[in-house]
Amino acid sequence: MAAKLVIGLDGSDSGSRAVDYAKKLASLIGDCELIVVYVIEWSPYTFQSAEENAVRHKRREEEIEAATTRLVNPAVEALKAEGFKARGIVKHGDVADLLDKTAVSEKADQIVVSRNSEGGFVQRIFGSATASLVMHASVPVTVVG
Amino acid sequence: MKHIILKSFAALIFSSTAAFAQESKGIDETVNEIFASVTGPFVSLIFAPLPGTSFPWIVLWLVVAASLFTIYFGFVQFRAFRHSIELVRGDYSDPEDAGEVSHFQALATALSGTVGLGNIAGVAVAVGIGGPGATFWMILAGLLGMASKFTECTLGVKYRNEYPDGTVSGGPMYYISKGFTERGIPGGRILAVVFSVFCILGAIGGGNMFQANQAHAQIAGITGEYPGWITGLVFAAVVFAVIVGGIKSIARVTEKVVPFMGILYVVAALIILLVNFDQIGWAIGQIFEGAFTGLGVAGGFVGALIQGFKRAAFSNEAGVGSAAIAHSAVRTKEPITEGFVSLLEPFIDTVVICTMTALVITISGQLMIDPATGNYILDGNSIQTVGGTSGVALTSAAFATGFSWFPYVLAIAVVLFAFSTMISWSYYGLKAWTFLFGEGKTAELIFKVMFCVFVVIGAAANLGPVIDFSDAAIFAMAVVNISALYVLMPIVKREMVSYQARLKSGEIKKFKN
Repeated sequence: MAAKLVIGLDGSDSGSRAVDYAKKLASLIGDCELIVVYVIEWSPYTFQSAEENAVRHKRREEEIEAATTRLVNPAVEALKAEGFKARGIVKHGDVADLLDKTAVSEKADQIVVSRNSEGGFVQRIFGSATASLVMHASVPVTVVG
Repeated sequence: MKHIILKSFAALIFSSTAAFAQESKGIDETVNEIFASVTGPFVSLIFAPLPGTSFPWIVLWLVVAASLFTIYFGFVQFRAFRHSIELVRGDYSDPEDAGEVSHFQALATALSGTVGLGNIAGVAVAVGIGGPGATFWMILAGLLGMASKFTECTLGVKYRNEYPDGTVSGGPMYYISKGFTERGIPGGRILAVVFSVFCILGAIGGGNMFQANQAHAQIAGITGEYPGWITGLVFAAVVFAVIVGGIKSIARVTEKVVPFMGILYVVAALIILLVNFDQIGWAIGQIFEGAFTGLGVAGGFVGALIQGFKRAAFSNEAGVGSAAIAHSAVRTKEPITEGFVSLLEPFIDTVVICTMTALVITISGQLMIDPATGNYILDGNSIQTVGGTSGVALTSAAFATGFSWFPYVLAIAVVLFAFSTMISWSYYGLKAWTFLFGEGKTAELIFKVMFCVFVVIGAAANLGPVIDFSDAAIFAMAVVNISALYVLMPIVKREMVSYQARLKSGEIKKFKN
């Protein structure tokens, strides 16, 4: 049975380090599929104006389109060009929660993410998506520094 | 471009402040007189009493409708209450729809349009004139109003327009015209046009001038008297920046601050009630006793009833149709689910928040009681208060008995609530406007600029004519909307029966446990 790895993209340089490391693992494993996941941070419990709600569906499509064409597709194409089996997924929601859920639903063997690129005050208070994923994940997680 | 607009507005404010300061009193009075004479007949018609009584027919109209919907839908507000909360929590939301407008967001947006001055000033007016007994009728009207909201918001989602670019427009004007056609009943289009006209007037009245007027009263209460049009210009500039300039940052700040203010208000009220918990029993006793005897208020228990019903309707807008516009953007396959969610709105707005205000005012002892009779002492039509206050000032004085600094927080809250209500109503008015004149940049801009002009007029006019006109315009919407709801309610019933059968059979499943 082929192995599956979920790669969490965050649109930064550190995200591409996760891709590099996943490539290394995939080469070692041999028969391995790489699933590139990008999560658009979103919560159903935020406050929005009536005008924002009216255009929300349109914005959502635009957000998915932008993430797919600018981040996920280039990453997937690059992987395929190097001979890897790869595909991409874009979703809205909580980053840690969705990476884990995707790994479970895809029956992935492992999640590869980078250490959070953004630092600072907010992260100290609320914790990072990576830290939250490591604490709650249902499958092994590799954090690339 | 945006900066140029802002700068020119700022320049306008400063130059006119200096130039017109002398003659300001004159301007305010003139605006007021013209306004009162123009709107007088319309106001008298809407609030005309039933022959031989002092009971306005419009209040009866709303309460009868709410009661009929309650019976017709089998007390849906109580039966579906738990399911409504599960829907808001997202238990039934498809994870594949993440990123779309959630039930929570639609409810929160609608609430930010209704929670505001009605809960602070309106309740104080109700209790100040009708006594604590008005609270009982207000709660009853709130509970019944949940069924009206349920009906209109289900239709709002069901008959909304979805455009090819993915945006949506909904509200009574759409369900009236489409729903009537579907049922083969003529006149839908005309009724929808009439509704839209009243909706524009309501947006300009209660959704705009009343808010500007009260915000000015708050600011003037802290800084000392100064001409209303100055506040009006500043407010107009900020509203202009948001709705015309599209300055999202201001809207985003209010979105965050307004819910926080709402929570702070409820928490402060709860603390005052907890500190005085030994008096809660007495206050509830006053509410019940006053509801049926009036405890000496003008008009007796009927006076209490009229005030309670009137202010509840003005606060939660059930049956008015405005909420149907706000709720219509939700993402759901079942329009009825938004109906269930929307029935929480009058509950939160009236049954919870308005009751808090009423209890705090009653417990604070601001309403003066004659020790000999146990009745309230009257000062003209209203109850005499300790500091001679009424409206927001009465609520403020009542909260000050618990926290001396609270009037400052309340002043900020009132100004922010006023602002968020204005932004919400500018959208409702705009939707009615574009229904009449078509969607297009120019048509939208004309409405938005006009809306800003009325901010200034509202702030400059005296409270009396403005509050009368505001109530009248909003209640006129209810005349049209409820007539249409009677015609369309079998459609809602069909949706409800089908949905509940599928929920029971397990066809509609929870995604979360």
